[in-house]
Amino acid sequence: MKMSKTVAVLAGAALASLALAGCSSGSGGSGPGSGGGSKSLTIEDYYQANYNPIYQKCAKQVGAKVTINHVAGAGLIAKVLQQASSRTLPDVLMLDNPDIQQIAASGALSPLTDYGLSGKGDVPAVTAAGSYKGKLYGLEPVTNSIALYYNVKMLKAANVTPPKTWDELRAAAKKLTKGKTYGFAMSNINTYEGTWQFLPFFWSNGGDEKNIATPQAAQALQFDLDLQNDGSMSKSSINWAQADVNNQFIAGKAAMMINGPWQLPALKAAKGLEFASVPIPTRTGDAPVAPLGGEAFTVPLTKSKDTMALAGRFVGCLNTPSMQTYIAGVTGNVPTNEVSADAWAKTHSDVAAFVTTTKTARARTGELGPDWPKAATKIYTAVQAALTGKASPTAALQQAQSQSQ
Amino acid sequence: MSASVEAAVGSRPAAVVAGHPGRPRARVLSSLSRWLFIAPAVLYVAVFFGYPVVKNVVMSFQDYSTRTFFTGEAPWVGFKNYAATFGSSLFTTTVVNTALFTIGSIVAQFVIGLGLALFFKRSFPLSGFLRGLLLLPWLLPLIASSAVWKWMLDQDSGAVNQFLGLFGIPAVPWLVSPNLALVAVIGVNIWLGIPFNTTILYSGLQSVPQELYEAASLDGAVGVRAFRYITWPSIRSVVSVVIVLGVVYTLKVVDIILGLTGGGPANSTQTLATNAYHQSFVNFQFGEGAAVSNVLIVVSFVFAIVYISLSRKAVDE
Repeated sequence: MKMSKTVAVLAGAALASLALAGCSSGSGGSGPGSGGGSKSLTIEDYYQANYNPIYQKCAKQVGAKVTINHVAGAGLIAKVLQQASSRTLPDVLMLDNPDIQQIAASGALSPLTDYGLSGKGDVPAVTAAGSYKGKLYGLEPVTNSIALYYNVKMLKAANVTPPKTWDELRAAAKKLTKGKTYGFAMSNINTYEGTWQFLPFFWSNGGDEKNIATPQAAQALQFDLDLQNDGSMSKSSINWAQADVNNQFIAGKAAMMINGPWQLPALKAAKGLEFASVPIPTRTGDAPVAPLGGEAFTVPLTKSKDTMALAGRFVGCLNTPSMQTYIAGVTGNVPTNEVSADAWAKTHSDVAAFVTTTKTARARTGELGPDWPKAATKIYTAVQAALTGKASPTAALQQAQSQSQ
Repeated sequence: MSASVEAAVGSRPAAVVAGHPGRPRARVLSSLSRWLFIAPAVLYVAVFFGYPVVKNVVMSFQDYSTRTFFTGEAPWVGFKNYAATFGSSLFTTTVVNTALFTIGSIVAQFVIGLGLALFFKRSFPLSGFLRGLLLLPWLLPLIASSAVWKWMLDQDSGAVNQFLGLFGIPAVPWLVSPNLALVAVIGVNIWLGIPFNTTILYSGLQSVPQELYEAASLDGAVGVRAFRYITWPSIRSVVSVVIVLGVVYTLKVVDIILGLTGGGPANSTQTLATNAYHQSFVNFQFGEGAAVSNVLIVVSFVFAIVYISLSRKAVDE
């Protein structure tokens, strides 16, 4: 009796949720009076309202009415999974680029080639990040990476030129460390953000995520540790997210920092702060290998083929060179199209370092695909163990590599 | 013997039927109505407690990942998730951290809570107001208070180190040193748990009859001896309830740790609860997350049983 009642209630709950799902997808689909066919699209992203005019522009172009849903950054994937199981995915879904392959692997997305789209002209590594098993699932109108920001006044006062090599960076950071100001700041936090910030050192020096316990990786980690041991980098960097690093830089507590172009609006708003950026220094002084950032737009599998086709056209519109440039202007990121990016760098000196960096940048999922998160966890675990003095860089990398997760 | 029972059983319905034709239906109705009274509670427990627990156990035997949400397929993997959990180098660390976190928090919360409860037992001007203030940590949203604590415990510019600096104490790496981070997190959790302990223990103290103290003081038992021979025995059942509930509450703490350190630095504040959260909602390995949280559920369940048996004993007394 108890059992059957439970089953009945659960069945009832399931029916209710199905009914609700029906309602919500109904509101997302074609409404009456929209002129036949599907003319409205739902969009889901973790951006802010400054993206709305961008969407409206493309909506006008493809002749659709858009409903925009901004979700909090950390909650997006959880929400997408929930929507996937209740078959209520939005028509256009924004995904952070390292997540695309994982979501594509679950079968929730449709290949963009179905809508005649391709990543032609875009930075190849970006297109690779948007592809899974040879099929294109996501297009990134704008991309980003990280570079070395520096406080112009502080460098001038200390008679320091922007560093190009590790030795120069270490010497500069030491020279710039004075009183309450550290010479250098970056995020070494125990999240994917920490991994992302360490990657330029790691990759540029020949580190590889397939096996992180290599001498090259140890050398990169040793350099990170040296900066801390010199007193040039705060020991608190292991608790700092990138936004915290930016705050330290704005407050004048760090003379140089590693950060991305999405901080530009905040940096420009800071009164009296004169800043500039250069590509992240490497040991040899060669071009850095930094991770590619940015979010891609995807078309999830939904019930209506017409709506999916319209969503495809919408994503295509967002990725046109002219829209890329427009989005770059709003957000501070770099257009993905290589020709547009070069033109953009000429007129916008504050993103020039990022344009240079994205050309040689790598996608995080390029090698391991959906397994990237596991490697990312290992990398930040090793960084944390080394910076807290729990293990030497070599030992820390070995321990993290052998960790089962 | 059996024959007589049979006879008795057999004879009863006959007698009932003969005597009162309406009775069997009435009896069915009354037993049904009895079930109907229990039904809401049974339903509630089944839907909101039974289903999640069962689902969690089932999930821990499946490869439940991002894929599952779209395809609905969760292949059965047997004990693979448990093997991965127990085999992980992190498992010992998280168990030790959970134990230290729980024991450290409970002992200090209880001692300080009892001290404050005894202090507030004597009423003095503003005692009610101060007792109200004591509840403050309880009233603040956890995420807000952990954000403030994180700021206060910052090594370079935190209020705590600024204060210690006044006495010439060098900056303490509260949340940065792997040796101190757990201590700092326990400290914040103690601050959070004191109101609960004080409130419950205070109400326990209120129920100790005043005459006992008067009688004892005539015999010369005051102060520590009065506490040892009167207060402690009288509030013992309250004490056990406070401790057992405290353990269950503390075992499952996630938000404070995530807010302060995110389990770091270098996993030095990673507990079973934060690890389960990390597996499920960061790595999206829901199967392994479920396995870790089942370990936690078993431990909590043991304490829940202790709590139930203790409270039953208290009722009997």
